[in-house]
Amino acid sequence: MANPSLLAPLRGGSGSRGAAVRRTGGNRTPHGRRTLTAYLFLAPFLAIFLIFVLFPAVYGLWISLHVWNPLLDDHPFVGLQNFFDLFTPGSLTFDDFWESMRATGIFVAASVPLLLAVPLGIAVLLNRRIKGGTVFRGIFFAPYVLGVAVVSVLWRYLLDPQLGVVNAVLGLLGLPSDTPWTVDVPWAWISLVGITVWWTLGLNTVILLAGLKGISPDLYEAASLDGAGAWRKFTNVTLPGLRPVMTFVVTVTLLSSANMFGQSFLITQGGPGTETRTAIMYIANQGLVQNQMGAATAMSYVLFAILAVVSVFNFRLQRDNTK
Amino acid sequence: MSTVTETIPRTSRRVLAPSVLSYVALFLISFIIVVPLLWMLLTSFKTDFDAINSPASPWPNPFTIEAYVTLASGDLPILRWFANSVIAATAQTVIILVTASAAAYALARLEFRGKRIVFGAIVATLLVPGVIFLIPNYLIVDSFGWLDTLWAIIVPGSAGAFGVFFLRQFFISLPAEIEEAARVDGAGDFRIFWQIILPLSRPALATLAVLSFLTNWNDFIWPIYVLLSPENLTLQPGLSVLQGTYSTHFGIVMAGAVIASVPVLILFTLAQKQIVESVASSGVKG
Repeated sequence: MANPSLLAPLRGGSGSRGAAVRRTGGNRTPHGRRTLTAYLFLAPFLAIFLIFVLFPAVYGLWISLHVWNPLLDDHPFVGLQNFFDLFTPGSLTFDDFWESMRATGIFVAASVPLLLAVPLGIAVLLNRRIKGGTVFRGIFFAPYVLGVAVVSVLWRYLLDPQLGVVNAVLGLLGLPSDTPWTVDVPWAWISLVGITVWWTLGLNTVILLAGLKGISPDLYEAASLDGAGAWRKFTNVTLPGLRPVMTFVVTVTLLSSANMFGQSFLITQGGPGTETRTAIMYIANQGLVQNQMGAATAMSYVLFAILAVVSVFNFRLQRDNTK
Repeated sequence: MSTVTETIPRTSRRVLAPSVLSYVALFLISFIIVVPLLWMLLTSFKTDFDAINSPASPWPNPFTIEAYVTLASGDLPILRWFANSVIAATAQTVIILVTASAAAYALARLEFRGKRIVFGAIVATLLVPGVIFLIPNYLIVDSFGWLDTLWAIIVPGSAGAFGVFFLRQFFISLPAEIEEAARVDGAGDFRIFWQIILPLSRPALATLAVLSFLTNWNDFIWPIYVLLSPENLTLQPGLSVLQGTYSTHFGIVMAGAVIASVPVLILFTLAQKQIVESVASSGVKG
């Protein structure tokens, strides 16, 4: 799910090589002592990082090679069988896993374009000389600081097909008041996507707005002198100027949409049937409720691999567009 | 940090001048954002009967704090959940500030063997989706005896790479001279870190503190699986239980959502500028 810790630093990481070269010229003792000092500073963080980040990443691969029921002492080694099962039609996990991947795919395909277009439109508006621009910005961002649980229980009530607010208000306006917002497709998808846009549009808006402020006004003026209208300026100045920021926003949005869990878990319970059960929901349920930890970790690595391929593809695409 | 400049040169004013339509659009979007939140607040002051029978009327009739009284005195220990959330989010924030600032100091301002490997390993994990860690960390937390305790909510999440990365970027931006002067005076690394770098970094530390608190407060998938008994829950998994228990008692469910929202909305109001700008700059700096 969209989450501040996903933010920041996909790019960056320019090292400080110059300083390193300067230092290594000296004698070894101070350098060794400096190394010791540095690791003393790093130790508390690295201890937690090794135990809860690096080790589990590898441990998960190990688990995926076994039939791993945490309630049993014996975890039979099965090699890559859990992975083969995911690609063998008719296996125990094949249908359910790919149905959940399909659900995640539908959600990504529907939510990502909206989460780019709507915030881009709002950012363009806010980039004009708007009175109270920071107030609007604050309002748009506010839902994002609420947790997925608050947002989901709120909308589950508002969209309740029988007792909810939305249908009641639609009825008062003389519109159909029996839309099955949370219990039938495609309505459930429309609701899940709409709620997610409502919840997180402020995040992409503020990032894109910062990108817009970085585009030189001279470029707009040059375009004006060339007789470009508003739309030409948007396509020829705004969009190219935003490209680096857009790459970042597309990547973060793709990853958070592909990790969707809480909205389906709380609003539709994956229903109707298992139509809106996302990959994360299925994996968590297989591993932590059904105790099929080996199969579940294998699925998490397959999902990770697919996301990695999509991200690399996206980076390539954006880079080639720039050339 | 990139600064967001509000000033636009005179020449482009005409181009960027907002029309009435812009304001109409912005007010409309604000309306769509704010109305559901207000509806949540107002519904929490309704009786069950009122909430079910007049969903289209936002005003409580009668106005009552019954839902809050039921929550405070009912079977579900929502005050305990609130306290658990406060404890967990605060403790994790403190751990992140201490460990991430020390690690970021080493990575930003010291030269040592293995620096590139350590930094590379930390950055690499930023792109790994959380689901990879879900099951292994469940087993690790279980082996420590931490299942169904707040330790599970506090410790594993404090190892995130974000804090280190965020502070490192800030520390790198501080000029080298301030440090060199102190070294001439014979100050060691620890004194420089504690008496020079940290005090200069208060804004960055405050921003990281707020972001860390919000992230922990709002986390959902991890606590719903590692916290098991009703009295040990935090607010987010608690809301899920609340929804299951009081499904159509909408006043009560909305009161629970309000209780879970108030602290983060207060934090957001106080630190809006820092939060929004640190998020905004995340895409721009590189």
